[in-house]
Amino acid sequence: MNSLFLQTGARAIKPLMLLFSVYLLLSGHNHPGGGFAGGLVAAAGFCLHALAVDVHAARKTLKLQPSALIGLGLLFALISGIFALFAGLPLMSGLWFTLHLPIFEEVKVGTPLIFDIGVYLVVIGITLMIIMNLMED
Amino acid sequence: MLYTILAPFLLAVLAPLLHHRLKDLSGWLFALVPLGVFLYYLSQVPQIAAGEPVYQSYAWVESLGISLSFYLDGLSLLFALLISGIGALIVVYTGAYLGQDVNVHRFYLALLAFMGSMLGVVLSGNLITLFIFWELTSITSYLLIGYDHHKQEARTAALQALLVTGGGGLALLAGLILMGHATGTYDIPTILQSGDMLREHALYLPILLLLLAGAFTKSAQFPFHFWLPNAMAAPTPASAYLHSSTMVKAGIYLLARMQPVMGDTPPWFYLVAIGGSLTLVVSAYLAMRQVILKKLLAYTTVGALGLITTCLGIGTDYALKAAMTFLLVHALYKATLFMVAGGISHSTHLYDTEKLGGLGRIMPFTALGAGLAGLSMAGIPPFLGFIGKESVYEAGLASPGAMLWLTLTLLLAAVVNLFVGLLIAWKPFWTTLDAPLSEAHEGNVGLWLGPVLLGSLGLILGFIPGTTALYIVGPAVAATAGEAIPVSLSHWHGFNLALLLSVITVALGILAYRFRHPLRRLLEAPGRLDPAGPERGYHRLVEGMLWVSKKQTCLLQNGYLRVYIFTVISFLVALPIYTLVAGGGVPIPPEWPSFKLYELGIAFLIAGAAIGAACTNSRLTAVVCLGAVGYGVSLVYIFYGAPDLAMTQFVIETLTVLIFVLVLYRLPRFTHFTSEFVKYRDMLLAGGAGVFVTILTIAALKVEIAPTISTYFAEQSVPMAHGRNIVNVILVDFRSLDTMGELLVLAIAALGAYGLLRLNKDEKKDKV
Repeated sequence: MNSLFLQTGARAIKPLMLLFSVYLLLSGHNHPGGGFAGGLVAAAGFCLHALAVDVHAARKTLKLQPSALIGLGLLFALISGIFALFAGLPLMSGLWFTLHLPIFEEVKVGTPLIFDIGVYLVVIGITLMIIMNLMED
Repeated sequence: MLYTILAPFLLAVLAPLLHHRLKDLSGWLFALVPLGVFLYYLSQVPQIAAGEPVYQSYAWVESLGISLSFYLDGLSLLFALLISGIGALIVVYTGAYLGQDVNVHRFYLALLAFMGSMLGVVLSGNLITLFIFWELTSITSYLLIGYDHHKQEARTAALQALLVTGGGGLALLAGLILMGHATGTYDIPTILQSGDMLREHALYLPILLLLLAGAFTKSAQFPFHFWLPNAMAAPTPASAYLHSSTMVKAGIYLLARMQPVMGDTPPWFYLVAIGGSLTLVVSAYLAMRQVILKKLLAYTTVGALGLITTCLGIGTDYALKAAMTFLLVHALYKATLFMVAGGISHSTHLYDTEKLGGLGRIMPFTALGAGLAGLSMAGIPPFLGFIGKESVYEAGLASPGAMLWLTLTLLLAAVVNLFVGLLIAWKPFWTTLDAPLSEAHEGNVGLWLGPVLLGSLGLILGFIPGTTALYIVGPAVAATAGEAIPVSLSHWHGFNLALLLSVITVALGILAYRFRHPLRRLLEAPGRLDPAGPERGYHRLVEGMLWVSKKQTCLLQNGYLRVYIFTVISFLVALPIYTLVAGGGVPIPPEWPSFKLYELGIAFLIAGAAIGAACTNSRLTAVVCLGAVGYGVSLVYIFYGAPDLAMTQFVIETLTVLIFVLVLYRLPRFTHFTSEFVKYRDMLLAGGAGVFVTILTIAALKVEIAPTISTYFAEQSVPMAHGRNIVNVILVDFRSLDTMGELLVLAIAALGAYGLLRLNKDEKKDKV
């Protein structure tokens, strides 16, 4: 597809979508969003790129293969659950720490966030694996 | 005790690695482990002989009453000694017999794993643990029989053994669970105390039948005897170990173990004794017709197992003594003869007894082992075999009720044993052939060490019958009888009927050997009936199962997406509607609420888009309409305060439309395939589904299902999980294991889709 408007638009929108997806992922615990929605938005961003320009170009910006993303995501999800075992808790219990950062002051970080990152990665991987394969001929 | 079972398993895992380093030495070094186990159990002999069983328990699945517990009494000890002792010799023998084979490391793996499983079976102090080890022996046996996996014959035999013993294993599991249910425990020592209660129990007969199904399949009793001779496709070390002295004795072990609690009833006597003696007769007939070394041994093994089963079925003190003595005797001589048969075939590449001869001078050590075992098998004094045979006769003569029939059967068994003993231990070694076997040579020490040692043991134990009775047979009989019974073994019992029978046996056996050729011709005559045997039934059953599974797969998994969707939606609509109507719960529509204008707008948008999707002739339009339906639904979410859902739905709809477009792009032009009837049928179904979902939604408004859980989540979300977005907290924290499962399912589905897409592409590439 060679639409100048779309290409230019996509260049501008895709980074915003990716940024937004990360925001959804991080804020998901307290506000609307989460790994699933975030992952979908990110995947949509890459799809936009692939539609506007070219699948191969989109694939290049992805750096990792979708299959690798899926594996990585599952690994994250699994690891997040294992931490609890070391603390003597049942598998997948959430562990929480409070971080004191200069600007955000108190931030609570926990293993469910790692789990959510896993969800995020798996969702991106699965969506792109199917869509990009369909687009490549 | 746990370590003695784990050690073979551990070695099994390491064996392939170690073998690459050790090469030819591996047989000798691996044998150290079973040898150590053997010595450990030997050291337990005095304590067990004193009547003090050992019990060790480790917690496992306590909530189900399953523990990893081990129980060592006389019976277990006898078996454990046989398994580890013969096992050590077999491992050495394997090194010599298969040492040059490239895949021998796999053989070691399966063999050692089998050894651990078999030890587990006989030492388990818990019914469920016993069952697990029991199944492990079936699986390892499958691997061992199918070792020569490039041969069709070996694969078929392995599968047959697995299916027959595995089927029996299922029956056994049911029996064991029923038994646990009846007695209220899975703990074997406790069950052993509850014999009277179990015999009176209403479930006694089902339990008995199921246990017997397990034991008879495992121990190749009629009508399941056919798998054992076929299993001779296994390499000789496996046959010598599994199919003569150990695995097939697992069924015997089970019968003997249950004898104190299940035995001594009419059903037990009739089923076990008659099953055993039938096996004896059938196997005797089949053995007399054979000339192939290993097949001869296989049929006599079936016969020997039948003999022990018969004795257990009779269940008198004499009979139990005979069973345990014969068990020991048989394990010693049969493993020996198998190894001898393997040695002969290894050296001459011949399998037919009639073609063998004159090997006595060429293979002196093998001949020695064969002679010792053959004499024991034939039941010649002073070998232990003589004592075994005498006690069997005594058991038959003293049996209540069916004395004549049983004694005659036992006589037949003994004659066949003598006949086969002559055919294997005498014929190949001490007769002369017209053309001497030129390539024959004595194998290396690993090949004849086992036969010589085991054969001698049969002689040595025969010289010290008192000690054997006191330390080995006595405790085993006590465990089988459930009480201490004075056991004495001796050669000389005076001039009695048993002695007379022994003399008759020898005479008949030698006669049968002398006139074996006319005898075989005579026995071949009814051979035309063979195809009607139980093996035919097995094949029929397997074919039938394959046929049914093929049919039902074609019916249910037909590959048409529309049929799947049709079926799924039909059931989805029909079943709940039936429940609703039958339960009288068809909800009354609530009062017509007042609408806001934008709500009406959304409703029209959704309905219009849906109708549009159904009516259009263009696929693209249909997809876009579907997308519009989805967007409409996400608008609903927004207005009713579920921004999470709305956002997700929005992105999903977008991506779905994208995928649809990409797929449609590849499809051929739109054409009308469906008939009018199908169209109306689908319309009806779709309309039904819509109505049903509406009804369900209205019903759901009225029903309050367990409000506690959602309240609980809402209340605990912040304090327990530090999150205010309940949906997300549930997904990643409260129900994270579920989410994990969903992630896995998604990943697998994506891999499947990926595979299908790639498949298509690769095919295209091939065409170009």
